[in-house]
Amino acid sequence: MGVGIEVTNLNAWYGTNHTLQDINLNIPANHATALIGPSGCGKSTFVRCLNRMHETNPIARVTGNVRMGDLDIYQDASPVEVRRRVGMVFQRPNPFPTMSIYDNVSAGLKLNGYNNRHSLDEIVEKSLKNSALWDEVKDDLKKKSGASLSGGQQQRLCIARALAVDPEVLLMDEPASALDPVSTSKIEDLIFQLKSQYTIVIVTHNMQQAARVAEKTGFFLNGRMVEFDSTHKIFTNPSDKRTEDYITGRFG
Amino acid sequence: MSTSKLELRSRLRTVTDHTVTVLAVLATILVIVPLAVIFAELIYKGASSLDLNFFTKVPAPEGETGGGMANAIVGSGVLLALASIIGIPIGIGSGIFLAEFGRGTKLANAIRFTADVLNGVPSIVMGVTAYALIVVPHVSFLPFLGHFSALSGGVALGIMMIPTVCRTTEEMLLMVPNAVREAALGLGVPNWRSVLSITVRTASPGIITGCMLAFARVAGETAPLLFTALGNQFWSTSLNEPIAALPLQIYVYANSPYEDQQRMAWAGALVLIVLIVLAVSLVRFVTSRGVLKGAS
Repeated sequence: MGVGIEVTNLNAWYGTNHTLQDINLNIPANHATALIGPSGCGKSTFVRCLNRMHETNPIARVTGNVRMGDLDIYQDASPVEVRRRVGMVFQRPNPFPTMSIYDNVSAGLKLNGYNNRHSLDEIVEKSLKNSALWDEVKDDLKKKSGASLSGGQQQRLCIARALAVDPEVLLMDEPASALDPVSTSKIEDLIFQLKSQYTIVIVTHNMQQAARVAEKTGFFLNGRMVEFDSTHKIFTNPSDKRTEDYITGRFG
Repeated sequence: MSTSKLELRSRLRTVTDHTVTVLAVLATILVIVPLAVIFAELIYKGASSLDLNFFTKVPAPEGETGGGMANAIVGSGVLLALASIIGIPIGIGSGIFLAEFGRGTKLANAIRFTADVLNGVPSIVMGVTAYALIVVPHVSFLPFLGHFSALSGGVALGIMMIPTVCRTTEEMLLMVPNAVREAALGLGVPNWRSVLSITVRTASPGIITGCMLAFARVAGETAPLLFTALGNQFWSTSLNEPIAALPLQIYVYANSPYEDQQRMAWAGALVLIVLIVLAVSLVRFVTSRGVLKGAS
């Protein structure tokens, strides 16, 4: 089951570059929340702060509070513990190239010392079914490398890999931007199904995509969150002029 | 008019394309020819001395004909095994440190510089150094050394392997895309585990190639062994005694006044090359068996 995310006064830097400034928002549990905005506005940095991936860059720094359910991820937990609860899907599909499909999906569990063969089989099957990839790969699970799949299949494999560790939150950083329209619509269908079980945060450049999959949408500009509201409101009647300019294509 | 200009340009491009292709083929031939000539020469001069005795007998006493290089073949095997046990883990370990844990630190830069210098040290100097540090008794700080031995030869060769293994390991790890590291970290895998089980595994084909290069390079080394393993005319597999090695035996026989022994030297060189090729192919075969369809 997903948990809500409460972000208070979040600031982030790359070196001296203040990439996120005073972000405050509440992301509801078991819903999809979309983040839109022009390139370089801080959306990706923001999601990377939600699983403490931002700080893997040596020059990066972050302040503020992020609560996930009852856990303050910057006070009460190590980055490794946070990332076990927060799955992430990246812009470019990044399966482990030398591993089989099966090993890719089970990697998160195996590398954390989970080795029960029988339940691994079950988890792999369930995760691949949840990511709508099972029927396409069930005969080659251990024969084919993750890198041998098509781009769209690889991205669904990465989603299965993230789901296998049973996270509460799923972060998706432009998950469909490197994919063709057919694969994109498969990913979107998937987000639609998955949000009943997980809290999903999706960064996207595609506003139709935000409108299709997300209940809530946040608009970022120059490191600040300009507006956060129901997707319907953002796209039909935004309160901020800058949001309106962006969604009507006047800039960005 | 512009059409004919375009045609001319396109023809020019075709000609350039063919010229460059021919040059590339010529360069390839230039690389292969010396190798083929060496191999042909070795077979021509050495193959006639290859018989069962060569692989089963020790060198004949001075003045007698016959004998073989069995002890040298086994000795080379022992020395190379020792060198690999020392050189490969230290080389891979330091390469991992350079690429993953110490990236950008002063210590890493110092280690990288040292490895590059070590790589350029002539092998004879490496032999003298090993001699001074571990063979000469009064300087020795290791209790079990202090005289010529297989172990000291293995140490000298092992140290020579370190820089090659270290730097190729680093280069190969740096070629692993950051996306792969992030994927592992994003699953909640601790950094050390991600490095060992994901990054190193992804880079392993390249790392193995680096190890094989280092192995093949030291397999033919003679100079560092002159001061350490010394060579041995008799059977010995003891790590604590002087041991025979193919390059040493080739060196001794090539300088011999007897034609019989000179032919044996050619045969020894042939066997050395064939054994290196076999060893490298074996490792390639064994390590490629686990590779999956479509793995990059």
